[in-house]
Amino acid sequence: MKTHLGKRRFILLMSSILTIGLVLSSTSCASSPTATPTEPTTPTGLSGTITEAGSTSVQPLAERLADVFMQMHPKVTVTIQGGGSSVGITSADEGTVDIGAASRELKPSEPPLVKHLLARDGIAIVTPPANTVTGLTKDEVRRIFADEVTNWSQVGGADAEIIVIAREEGSGTRGAFEEMVMGEDLITSNAILQLSNGAVRTTVSTTPNSIGFLSFGYLDTSVKALAVDGVEGTVENAKNGSYPIVRPLYFLTKEAPTGLGKEFIDFCLSAEGQSIVTDEGFIPVD
Amino acid sequence: MSPKSVQKIAMVFIWGGGAITVAILLGIILYVLIQGLPVINLEFLITPPQGGLSGEGGISSAIVGTLYLLGITLAILIIPGIGAGIYLAEYARDNRLTRLVRYAVETLAGVPSIVFGLFGFALFVTSLHFNFSILSGALTLVCLLLPTLVRTTEEAIRTVPRSYREASLAMGASKWQTVRHVVLPAAMPGIITGVILCAGRIVEETACLYVTMGGSAAMPTSLLSGGRTLSLHLFYLAMETRAFDKAMGTGAVLIIIIIVINTLTNWLSQRYQKKMRGG
Amino acid sequence: MASHVVIDRTAKLVVIICASASFVVLGAIFVFTLREGMPAFQEIGLSNFLFGTEWRPGLGMFGILPMTVGSLLVTLGSMVLAIPVGIACAILLAEVASFRVRRILRPAIELLVGIPSVVYGLVGMMLIVPLVREIGGTGFSVLSASLVLMAMVLPTIISISEDSLRAVPKGYKEAALAMGATQWQMIWHVQLPAARSGIVAGIVLGMGRAIGETMAMIMVIGNAVVMPTSPLSPARTLTGNIAAEIMYAAGTHRSALFATGVVLFLLILVLNTVATFALKRGIRSQHVA
Repeated sequence: MKTHLGKRRFILLMSSILTIGLVLSSTSCASSPTATPTEPTTPTGLSGTITEAGSTSVQPLAERLADVFMQMHPKVTVTIQGGGSSVGITSADEGTVDIGAASRELKPSEPPLVKHLLARDGIAIVTPPANTVTGLTKDEVRRIFADEVTNWSQVGGADAEIIVIAREEGSGTRGAFEEMVMGEDLITSNAILQLSNGAVRTTVSTTPNSIGFLSFGYLDTSVKALAVDGVEGTVENAKNGSYPIVRPLYFLTKEAPTGLGKEFIDFCLSAEGQSIVTDEGFIPVD
Repeated sequence: MSPKSVQKIAMVFIWGGGAITVAILLGIILYVLIQGLPVINLEFLITPPQGGLSGEGGISSAIVGTLYLLGITLAILIIPGIGAGIYLAEYARDNRLTRLVRYAVETLAGVPSIVFGLFGFALFVTSLHFNFSILSGALTLVCLLLPTLVRTTEEAIRTVPRSYREASLAMGASKWQTVRHVVLPAAMPGIITGVILCAGRIVEETACLYVTMGGSAAMPTSLLSGGRTLSLHLFYLAMETRAFDKAMGTGAVLIIIIIVINTLTNWLSQRYQKKMRGG
Repeated sequence: MASHVVIDRTAKLVVIICASASFVVLGAIFVFTLREGMPAFQEIGLSNFLFGTEWRPGLGMFGILPMTVGSLLVTLGSMVLAIPVGIACAILLAEVASFRVRRILRPAIELLVGIPSVVYGLVGMMLIVPLVREIGGTGFSVLSASLVLMAMVLPTIISISEDSLRAVPKGYKEAALAMGATQWQMIWHVQLPAARSGIVAGIVLGMGRAIGETMAMIMVIGNAVVMPTSPLSPARTLTGNIAAEIMYAAGTHRSALFATGVVLFLLILVLNTVATFALKRGIRSQHVA
């Protein structure tokens, strides 16, 4: 009967969807880009899945660490997500993920999680490369973000309205920025808010006359890092303490980690893990 | 002003409306396709994205994520959705249950998808501890799409002429036999159209998946893995990386999928109408 | 035969269970959302919550008025743009255009309905935001969001309006023309009023889509938690607010977001009712009895 053909075709459609999905996942496993390890690694017996979520500042670092860890232990899967530091804190506390990542200190109102100091990171004040201003005082930065200074000409630049780009309240980078730069003042409610470091970078690089803050790990040629209080925004200066805006990067767990989670965090804090931290543009823990 | 001049002016506005619509249509579709199609090649489709801020790589994990999500959502959705549609079309009498069901379906259809996301995050991700996963996303989508499938199924079944049912009953078949062997097969193309419609919405949906699937760029390995769909991947690419070319490529893939789904649906409805007319 | 009776009864039971699934789902969402949102109304206070102008969860401030205004402005903006264009295009397709034009245009409009919102958002980010920046402001604005939303609701309005126009009985139209009306007079005085309930339904559906839109809004509206004072101001929608904060909100904050969901839902109900009422009335006043 012609009508049964419809049912059969439908089942065929569903099975082909699932089959294509399975085929693709196995194909891609074979062709995923791999970072070449310097030494041959012996596969270990570790297996399982670890999930991590939270700070977008930590995210690129965590992904690199996860990649290397997964090569050392091929039967392990480490999943990295973003969302912002507050997502990391809440998710770790509620058990939604195994490890939460935060790029600021925990507030007293937040749940008491176990902190593992992963690295330190500077916060850069960035503008589009075309901006004529090359440096600001910390006070000028504060006044710009508080909407007290509204034109670039007031700080030595061209006559153009400053467009302030900031992060969501849940952002650890924002939290650290508020603590270290804004102090008692609030970031203006006129600021354009973005949901991640990457989004801030994309927005600042494509919006003339804008200013924003982001993690050192995200600096590239699409944006210009301003000098703060005369100090250039480089990892060196963050390391030697002269750059004024530096904050901790934490992995957070609900209790003392065990099993696979412990293995991963131990790896991140080991010499090999910390050398990856340096490679990625962060300050290792000593 | 004479009616003739009003007529002429009105025509200008009418054609103007059409012109603006065409401009928007072509603008969006061509803009994305022209920039996106060159990006698509076999490597783009089978390499996973590198995640993070580079935007390098392809979209394979997003494709797999979308397929997994499609499969599991439709698998859960089909029986309750079609069953409820059968109920409304064949078994419902004007009693409280029917009115409740209709009210539920109408109201659910008006709820914005982010509210489903809210619900899905609080219930599936957090309370039930499915965490950020394809499963959480799928369950949320099932809630979202239930009204759509119920409605389209009911409509499809109602279109089957009464004579079919009466003939079957007259030959001594029971109600369920009639439904199963006569009504359903006749309504099948319409029902399948409804299912494909739901599939289209799954591919398109972003908001409620944004808060339930997690956004990991890695290849999903099981239903409890987090992951991305193509739409989500496009969002992350656009917002976080500057790989606008890859974003356009993903957009082009999405547009192609929608074209395929639409063509399939249209072809099926045409076949259905032909059959109904006695072809 | 007895076994057939059993099968029949089982089938009926199964089908009823399936039907119950829909109101179980609705009930679950309703109860859950209300239960999670109640603490917010209690702790924050109804008027503080609905009419407060500051939303800073870190400081315990939960006023959603800026977001409500943002959502409303963007929805109304998109409808103001989409309704005239949409109805004009619907008239074109239903009455004026040739079959060839219609055969190309209709599938293309259906295609627009299916395109994911993030694609609209992407085009908005890359094309519209820089264009609006030329006019003034940052580019991330109510205007950009309205333009993007207009493109999203246009196909809905067009296809439903066109169907309604086509459904008007030929007799109506021929009678008007026979009396010497021009085509436009016939459309304006006879066909549009006759199709009004369908057109209104299409507009209401479009409005629902507009106010419920999330991701495209996050991409072009700027997400600034501020009361928009002009079309060029950045703003934030209720939906964007929920999406951006739900994954980390805890305690009163999380409760406030659920309460926002309730407000959103009620807003849609109210908008639907107002629109249906006002539009039907408005067109009725022009209807030649």
